[in-house]
Amino acid sequence: MTETDGQVARVIRYGDNVDTDVIIPARYLNTTDKRELARHCMEDLDPHFVSRVRLGDVIVAGRNFGCGSSREHAPLVIKESGIALVVATSFARIFYRNAINIGLPIVECPKAAQDASDGDEMRFDLAAGMLENLSTGTRYSVEPFPPFVQDIIAAGGLARLAQRGGLD
Amino acid sequence: MGMTRTQKLLARAAGLAEVKPGQLVLARLDRVLGNDITAPVAINEFRAMGASEVFDPNKVSLVMDHFAPNKDIKAATQCQLCRNFATEMGIAGFYDGGEMGVEHALLPEKGLVTAGDVIIGADSHTCTYGALGAFATGVGSTDMAVGMAKGKAWFKVPEAIRVVLTGRLGPMVSGKDLILTLIGMIGVDGALYQSLEFCGEGAESLSVSDRLCVCNMAIEAGAKNGIFPVDDLARAFLAEAGAAPPREVVPDPDATYARTIELDLGAIAPTVAFPHLPENTRNFDEIAALGPVTIDQVVIGSCTNGRLEDLQVAAEVLRGRTVAKGVRALVIPATQKIYLDAMEQGLLRVFIEAGALVSTPTCGPCLGGHMGILAPGERAVATTNRNFVGRMGHPESEVYLASPATAAASAVTGRITNPLDLERL
Repeated sequence: MTETDGQVARVIRYGDNVDTDVIIPARYLNTTDKRELARHCMEDLDPHFVSRVRLGDVIVAGRNFGCGSSREHAPLVIKESGIALVVATSFARIFYRNAINIGLPIVECPKAAQDASDGDEMRFDLAAGMLENLSTGTRYSVEPFPPFVQDIIAAGGLARLAQRGGLD
Repeated sequence: MGMTRTQKLLARAAGLAEVKPGQLVLARLDRVLGNDITAPVAINEFRAMGASEVFDPNKVSLVMDHFAPNKDIKAATQCQLCRNFATEMGIAGFYDGGEMGVEHALLPEKGLVTAGDVIIGADSHTCTYGALGAFATGVGSTDMAVGMAKGKAWFKVPEAIRVVLTGRLGPMVSGKDLILTLIGMIGVDGALYQSLEFCGEGAESLSVSDRLCVCNMAIEAGAKNGIFPVDDLARAFLAEAGAAPPREVVPDPDATYARTIELDLGAIAPTVAFPHLPENTRNFDEIAALGPVTIDQVVIGSCTNGRLEDLQVAAEVLRGRTVAKGVRALVIPATQKIYLDAMEQGLLRVFIEAGALVSTPTCGPCLGGHMGILAPGERAVATTNRNFVGRMGHPESEVYLASPATAAASAVTGRITNPLDLERL
């Protein structure tokens, strides 16, 4: 459970192939300060994202979300912006593992991604495998992560799991 | 059940007799890599973990190449953080200043990767080393931090797409045209979560430089890794670089593949990826139908195409010709050794006399970092690997991905030009 599980979340909708260069342009990567980086989240795709995002919002996107550069700054700025969950038809693999490793909740659910529109309201309970679009009245079941990935999430990220000897 | 080349490498590194696609394994790492953008995040995470030493100081490489030579105070501070960490941890493989180079050109050149290795790098183009028979894949900074501390990483065992290559590439056609053609066929997520395993007599006909270019862009099809068979050419490259002895594997005859793609190298033509995805590929018949695409900048370099062979082809095109008025042509040798070799072969003179500028090694313009940023509305033909919105500068600028030959030909005419047509113009 995350602190926003079960709360009503608002959908911010994007399309296919949202790459990590538009999520956080490389020109800002001369710092590791998450707050400073988050001021530029989604800047080259949606310059209004930073002013319209609210704590607990959900990003819903199409295929291959997070493609391109391996920069972990991408899931970090999304998380720092207050996004509670990213739902997509599919994720690029490095973004996928980075999100798991840093504890940004993500869900691959093609049907939910396809049905959602900007501004829809959603509710989710990932532990129960449930995602619901309140605006369309549709419920979706979500595949649980494999046990090892659940261990990473439960530990609060890969580094915490490793710190506790989870990889020894 | 038979295993693919990648599955065999992962099984060995995980200490398992067999692995299956979809299985999660914990693998021992032969090398962990980071650069001046990704390593600082990893170092902070490493310290937050309470780690006090790296698993093996000889198996960690830190390459300052993205915003280096330091482009501003913040970039300098990031490199300083990496340098101090390398000193504290006894990491000899810290590359900056006169020792630096673009990471994925530098590591093979220094003999730091070999066939059979399992390598993670906090840079998506780490998949380059599959050209030499390694399993190499890009990861994020947390994986790098944990990799440095524990010498291990978790992987989901991928399925593979088998790419059977036949024939030989024609003149002025390169590995870049091959990989762009493949990405155009299967799309930017065509190999998502999968390996691209190249084989066939055509694979052996490719130079090591071309193989490195092809594997470099496996990620642009979404692949976890690209990998080539290890042949005499690869063995000779590894021996000359002073790499550790190869630990080769061959795929089982009964290995299963998600699909097989056959490509005749003789049928590959010069190819350009139009904005804003590497899959938006066009051949020159299609480009001719669009009318002239005028350009403002040409970049020849990067981890994709900044090797000596790339500069030789570019020089062949530019020799005795001049860069079109109004076009800024940047040539960036990927490492100091390549720079020196290009100098000794007289290539730098060719570039400078043609009106191009030659830069010290850096990733610089490829990621819109520094050294060649585009203004609103400007267009560049680049031998780099990505043409996403804003990749090389302003979000309203455009990047067209091409081979060194096409980039050089385009520099001469000031519009996107087939290198095979240049003689006739």
